Amino acid sequence: MKHTLTPQRYLILLAVMLTASVGDTLLSHGMTQIGPVSLAHLGLLLAAIRNPWVITGILCLLGFFASYLTALSWADLTFVLPATAFGYIVVAFLAKFWLHEPITPYRWAGILLIVCGVGFVANGPSLTLHESHPVPEEPAPAGEGAVTGGTQ
Amino acid sequence: MIYTGHIHAGPIETWATILTVAATAVTGDVLTAGAMRRIGDLDAIRAKSGLGGAVRAVVSSPTFLLGVLSMAASFFSLLFTLSNVELSLAAPASASLTFLGNAFAAKIFLKENVNRRRWLAALFVCAGVFLLAK
Repeated sequence: MKHTLTPQRYLILLAVMLTASVGDTLLSHGMTQIGPVSLAHLGLLLAAIRNPWVITGILCLLGFFASYLTALSWADLTFVLPATAFGYIVVAFLAKFWLHEPITPYRWAGILLIVCGVGFVANGPSLTLHESHPVPEEPAPAGEGAVTGGTQ
Repeated sequence: MIYTGHIHAGPIETWATILTVAATAVTGDVLTAGAMRRIGDLDAIRAKSGLGGAVRAVVSSPTFLLGVLSMAASFFSLLFTLSNVELSLAAPASASLTFLGNAFAAKIFLKENVNRRRWLAALFVCAGVFLLAK
């Protein structure tokens, strides 16, 4: 008996991973164009929010927060968080192939561990239901049971 | 973030600031997740009341607003930590502790079913994040 997600909800989780990592990378790229910001030159922040990379990065991060909250409304925190960690891997690949940064063996090992961690929860139950919580109105995939029971 | 070169915190201050970052992050995550659980399925709310209705449901939740405040506190404590502790330690240590702390807090406060799979996931992700920063 497990509560699995519809393809549409997996897409929301994919959006959580991609928008966070792409948003951070875009912000990083934009801020390197702006240069160092210090307390004495806070005006540079105004220039930063006019930078198209920074604007796109902020839009991505707004998309991240919206999809993250949506995911939390139908899945457990301990299910969604490993998904957000998958974004670290996307950042590593963006850093390698877009920013041409080297990936050390330590990082490959870290990537492998995160992939394993995400794999542990990705196919498991997504939501713990308690008696006080109504069953979410999600059409269960054919052949799947309804939900997990309470806490173990 | 500007690296100033003035890294001078002792071990107690270093770990106190890192723990503060992780604790406020966990508080923010748990409050936000608790608020979203109470609000209910956003997809269903959006289908019924539109995007505006979904946004109103979220921002009118005091628990959600407290969660956002905690997230903001975590962000600023991270900035403070980075001015005293090396980035290569502060970022992965706080992120890893946050993952582990969230697993404990989700089980205790949100009564989530943190089974063996999820503990393993939290540990693997925690170790993976640490290695990424090496």
